[in-house]
Amino acid sequence: MGRLIDLCKRKLGDTVLSAHEQHGDETVVIRKDALLTVLRWLRDDDAMKFDFMMDLTAVDYLGTRARSERFEVVYHLFSLKNNHRLRVKTLVADDDPVTESVVTVWVAANWFEREVWDMYGIIFKGHPNMKRILLYEEFEGHPLRKDYNIRKRQPLIGPEN
Amino acid sequence: MENRHQLDLNTELMVLNMGPSHPATHGTVRFFIKLDGEKIIHMETEIGYLHRAFEKHCEDGTWSKAFPYTDRLNYNSAPQNNVAYALAVEKLMGMADKVPARTVYIRTIMCELSRMADHYTNLGAATLELGALTAFLYFVEARELTWDLIESVCGARLTSNYVRIGGLASDLPEGFAGKVKEVFAKNRVFWDEFDKLLTKNRIFLDRMRDTGAISRDDAIAYAFTGPCLRAAGVEYDVRKASPYLAYGNVDFDIPVGTTGDNFDRYLVRMEEIRQSERIIEQCLAQMPSGPININDAAVRNPSKEEVKSNMASMIFHFKNTIEGIQVPKGEVYVPTEGSNGEVGFYLVSQGGGKPWKCRVRPPCFALTQAMGHMCKGSFLADIIPTFDMINLIGGECDR
Amino acid sequence: MFDYTYLPAPNLIPSIVEMMLKIVFIFSMNMGVFAPLLGWVERKQSALMQDRIGANRAEIFGFTVFGLLHTVTDAIKLLTKEDFIPRGADRPLHYLAPFIAVVPSLVAFAVIPFGGKYMLWGHEVNLVIADLNVGMLYVFAVASLATYGAVIAGWASNNSWSMLGSMRVGAQMLSYEVAMGLTLVGIFMVYGSLQLTTIGMAQENFFHWGIFLQPLGFILFIACALAENKRTPFDMPEAESELIAGYFTEYSGLKFAMFWMAEFLEMVTIAAVLVALFFGGWHIPFITHQGLIAAMGYLFGANFGAIAAMIIHVAVFWLKVVVWIMILMLIRWSLPRFRFDQVMKLGWKIVLPLALANIFITGLVLLAVR
Repeated sequence: MGRLIDLCKRKLGDTVLSAHEQHGDETVVIRKDALLTVLRWLRDDDAMKFDFMMDLTAVDYLGTRARSERFEVVYHLFSLKNNHRLRVKTLVADDDPVTESVVTVWVAANWFEREVWDMYGIIFKGHPNMKRILLYEEFEGHPLRKDYNIRKRQPLIGPEN
Repeated sequence: MENRHQLDLNTELMVLNMGPSHPATHGTVRFFIKLDGEKIIHMETEIGYLHRAFEKHCEDGTWSKAFPYTDRLNYNSAPQNNVAYALAVEKLMGMADKVPARTVYIRTIMCELSRMADHYTNLGAATLELGALTAFLYFVEARELTWDLIESVCGARLTSNYVRIGGLASDLPEGFAGKVKEVFAKNRVFWDEFDKLLTKNRIFLDRMRDTGAISRDDAIAYAFTGPCLRAAGVEYDVRKASPYLAYGNVDFDIPVGTTGDNFDRYLVRMEEIRQSERIIEQCLAQMPSGPININDAAVRNPSKEEVKSNMASMIFHFKNTIEGIQVPKGEVYVPTEGSNGEVGFYLVSQGGGKPWKCRVRPPCFALTQAMGHMCKGSFLADIIPTFDMINLIGGECDR
Repeated sequence: MFDYTYLPAPNLIPSIVEMMLKIVFIFSMNMGVFAPLLGWVERKQSALMQDRIGANRAEIFGFTVFGLLHTVTDAIKLLTKEDFIPRGADRPLHYLAPFIAVVPSLVAFAVIPFGGKYMLWGHEVNLVIADLNVGMLYVFAVASLATYGAVIAGWASNNSWSMLGSMRVGAQMLSYEVAMGLTLVGIFMVYGSLQLTTIGMAQENFFHWGIFLQPLGFILFIACALAENKRTPFDMPEAESELIAGYFTEYSGLKFAMFWMAEFLEMVTIAAVLVALFFGGWHIPFITHQGLIAAMGYLFGANFGAIAAMIIHVAVFWLKVVVWIMILMLIRWSLPRFRFDQVMKLGWKIVLPLALANIFITGLVLLAVR
């Protein structure tokens, strides 16, 4: 197990649901309700100091996991001072696709969260402007969900349905 | 601010829609601006006009079918995206260290060539929009010559589709080093002329200096990367922080600015062109000989002759094409230094021939997000250099 | 006081003929030669600067004539384009604006001498359409009218970008009008006249050219003239990357062509004023006016000699104008564009004080010399 994972586990205890290291990438899965506190700690703690939120995205594990763990929201963090990276994940259920917004921790998260909402339909609670970003408002559905058919037609684009 | 407007009896804010089709919003983006005279009171950025469902398409095809899509992310520096994606897949398959040394060097050269082309285009376009058409054409010619080099390697100028998982589409052509030398000699003349025309030009300085500035802390909070971050005084470059490809073996410097304004971004890019030349020259000098493809028929297709004469090769070719290369279950994030900032591929595999998730971290997505922050309180005309210097590439930002 | 002596009563018929010929000449020079040709010159010159070939495609029976035929195709294109008026535009003003823009640059030429005075068969020919004693003042007055064209165009288009453009035109023209007037006061002091023919005659001696007597005034005047002309680096009103096309965003076809023409004609006027004030007008360096007439008279006889001298002088004048147009284009193609507030700052905080200082210094020097 990696150094960062150990640190996280020691400090966070059972908020870390699971952790793994693969190809040198360390990953911790955090309980959803503790997300904001954990991320704040990750940002501010001297041993962590993750000042960059490099990437924020989600993955849809439909059909491979229980529906209560269908989505993963994935944060890729980077620390300039310590030059290390950490992947933080949180699980979001199918029937309640809501998680905390981290805009208050990193402003950069704003558009990234909007994109996740746009593509996966995950709502970020406390986001200042939760609306679609890449697609248009009239778009129906969330295209990166695995149950969205790639050939599906939308009302405003493509030939007549 | 609001109070002041209520006090002025006749002041009314002007609401302007800049874009999506406006001469300055190349790459189609829309700015929603509230103006007091020519001063920007509020600005919102709207993107997505170039969304082409990159991720969905990648999930639909096999692992190797994603390469042409990656070309169309940052189309000014397509080989970089090819390389970034290939590196991520190779890491996910656990064969990153099995890639031949020659391939690593060729990939480095291609990355740097495309970085040069990207910077030439970006700086040229910026001057064009500031009204200096002549300087623009100097750099366009330099870019064309750089693209000639890229074309001589992979046959395409813009969408290279050059890199393969575990190898490359083709080896360097004969006499490539000589051609590089020739092109660099010519490009240095263009670079010098461009530099003379602009770097000390008072009008250009006035337009660029102190406009679109962002502080070091804000730049970090907005997840800036690449030249824009370095212009703000943060010495972060993936090539140095966690060297990949051959960057650990070559000697180069990272230019760092101090003020984070457009002029520093310009200077950083100008210097990076010189540094890229250095890297390429060193790579050419160190270039090892040997194969360019990994010796594993299940990953990299055997040559065409073999496919047509050897039964096993043909089966592999068939399976690689129809089922796709088999990538074990897992996930990986590989950061690389694109010309605009950190290009990171986050790949998730559930086993099998298709990516479960193929996410690219687009550097200019984060940069564009800060447009409103950088332009607030400045003039309408300042949007132009600021927008040019963050170098929004629609293909990359909207994917 | 206006001086009407340019129309002497006794020989009315030759005077009218002379007048008509001069007007036709200037009009055809401007509308027939410069307006269409400058487009070509601009293309070819910028191409030369930028290492390109430039316009070379339009052809008749395989002859491209160095791309000159592009002016013809341009004209055909502009004449046949749809004349578009946006919804909600002020139609009468939208029609009127291009005319207001183009006329001043044409009539401003009336007071600029393109040659000296010549005796032909006992009739004195003065190569200026209207030899006003208020000369330059008239040019200023007329040139400032062109501002209205641009402002009205922007207002009448019912478009935010046009509106912004026309506001910029208004502010910029107004500011530089003031500065431009003051930059030339030095010249008026030195030559003691506003009349352009008088200034022209005073520059017979090469070392009395305006450029040598008023170097600072010359530089300031060029800055102001460029700003008045609304071309890069002062093309804020149309700044294509910011305001799309500024005040003429909503214009097409012939009306657009008129703005285009106005810009080119303004450039010709500016070059002509520069030549008349600072570069010796029609004079050839080191050859006096009468000297050339005498020399030509020796060769061709008094009357034809005067005609020959006249032709030479007019050619010299236009040659200088063409050189200056090319220099103006050189500037236009090399420099980036200012920001709007920087232009205003330059106008009010640098050019204006320097112009005032120039007047002061000129006054001191004149006092010392006399």
